[in-house]
Amino acid sequence: MVIISREEVEHVAWLARLELTEEEKEAYTHQLNAILDFMQQLNELDTTNVEPMAHVLPLVNVLREDEVKPGLPHEEALAGAPDQDRGQFRVPKIV
Amino acid sequence: MAEYEAVIGLEVHVELKTASKAFCGCSTAFGAAPNTHICPVCLGLPGVLPVINRKMVDYALKVALALNCRIAPHCKFDRKNYYYPDLPKNYQISQYDLPLATDGYLEVEVDGRRRRIGIIRVHMEEDAGKLIHEGEALNPGAYSLVDLNRTGVPLLEIVSAPDIHSPEEAYAYLTSLKAILQYLDVSDCKMEEGSLRCDANISVRPRGSEVLGTKTELKNMNSFRALQRALAYEIERQSEILARGGRIKQETRAWDESRGVTVSLRGKEEAHDYRYFPEPDLVPLAIGEDWINRIREELPELPAERRRRFQEQYGLPPYDAAVLTASKSMADYFEACLGHYREAKTVSNWLMGDFSRLLNAHGLEPEQAPVRPQDLAELLTLIDEGTISGKIAKTVFEEMFLTGKKARTVVEEKGLVQISDEAAVLAVVEEVLAAHPGPAADYRAGKEKALGFLVGQVMKATRGKANPALVNKLLKERLE
Ligand SMILES: [Zn+2]
Repeated sequence: MVIISREEVEHVAWLARLELTEEEKEAYTHQLNAILDFMQQLNELDTTNVEPMAHVLPLVNVLREDEVKPGLPHEEALAGAPDQDRGQFRVPKIV
Repeated sequence: MAEYEAVIGLEVHVELKTASKAFCGCSTAFGAAPNTHICPVCLGLPGVLPVINRKMVDYALKVALALNCRIAPHCKFDRKNYYYPDLPKNYQISQYDLPLATDGYLEVEVDGRRRRIGIIRVHMEEDAGKLIHEGEALNPGAYSLVDLNRTGVPLLEIVSAPDIHSPEEAYAYLTSLKAILQYLDVSDCKMEEGSLRCDANISVRPRGSEVLGTKTELKNMNSFRALQRALAYEIERQSEILARGGRIKQETRAWDESRGVTVSLRGKEEAHDYRYFPEPDLVPLAIGEDWINRIREELPELPAERRRRFQEQYGLPPYDAAVLTASKSMADYFEACLGHYREAKTVSNWLMGDFSRLLNAHGLEPEQAPVRPQDLAELLTLIDEGTISGKIAKTVFEEMFLTGKKARTVVEEKGLVQISDEAAVLAVVEEVLAAHPGPAADYRAGKEKALGFLVGQVMKATRGKANPALVNKLLKERLE
């Protein structure tokens, strides 16, 4: 059963900035369809009176007080940057 | 283009002035050196966990209640996925299908007519960082610099219904919304610092039609005036296209302030495909009655209530009450003046007139004015006592505003004390009558207008200091 087309796989790959070979596109289309097909089993259940689950943990309202805490020292914050300039991350020009 | 009607919806983003960010303890202070208010959480480093700032939710609830919204008993956060360097996690934590609040409204007044503008939703999200495009001059298009201090600052998105039909209504909506946010004290609302931002959806349709036209999305309006101008331009542009049988293209357009036009952002914005899904790192919010009631009790007097109170308590005309309460700091200033001076309408006239004019000219807010409420009250008392005339008071006030000196000091230094000594004024009156026999004769012959000229001459001779009532009285006596 085809749930997701090859074009959709290409689109999703593009959205995720993944460059796929033709073989990979073929393989992922096949695999994703198998996964989605398996998930279809859930549709057989009647969920009319079941509240949608927003989170797997049975918790709500985990909050913190509005207090300022020290962050990363400036040098450390930028340490992982491939490129930097005057204390800022430098990236290829984005229009 | 009167045959077309505009349909406008506004999307306002407002930064909440919490001390720390939405999901981490970094400071939200504006103006820090780039990338000094960041941590592993707002940088999206692997293995970190965000935690919701309670005050962000409290502030959001205040806004939602003030906008008459229904608060969702359950809401959650979602990830909005897209790639852009101002967003280090590659997703923004936002709210998608279960927002904090829905179905509210805001009252606005345009041309004396009050209208309700619907509020579709109010939701919480995090702000993105700031990009500076560098290298334009020598090496155009070389690179962009990223400052992530603003990343993670709590943001409210407030979406209006498409109930707005003119640029003036849009302006009124934004003004009312800003006033409410300032009264609630939840945001600085500074468009120039980006703490208040506004996008617009706009379409036009033949007047009387119920069908919605194709809309465009307008961005990059950096002031209330810019919003008004951009909408006016877009109404004109769309109406012209329809009038000559063309079709509107659904697209995002940016307002170009210097050229006064909107330009297409063709291709720069991909079709929205954000693949929202629930944020697994944050558990949902359950907002019960007790929480809502606690926030409701904390709500201050809002602009609409204060306007009504100003009319009832101080006997102000509706116009005055509306103008003064539109800005919280102006309304506060007004009430502070009344602590030192009783005549509400007199204070109102001064605040709406010379005071507002000078504030605008110097780009100041009422609380920043060099003239404090008690100083203005003293000036008004000097007029009542007959020490200075109302006309001279304007000069004194301007000097007070420029120098920060008190009314009495200015009056003494400049020798502006009103001349109320009858003998002194009479001497000038005699001189003027002798110098202008023509107008004096005209007045005696029944030409009332000649009196004005003679009063003017006396005022001129005394450099405006003669008590005008006394001048009138003495002139009339001499001319009987
Ligand atoms: Zn942080």
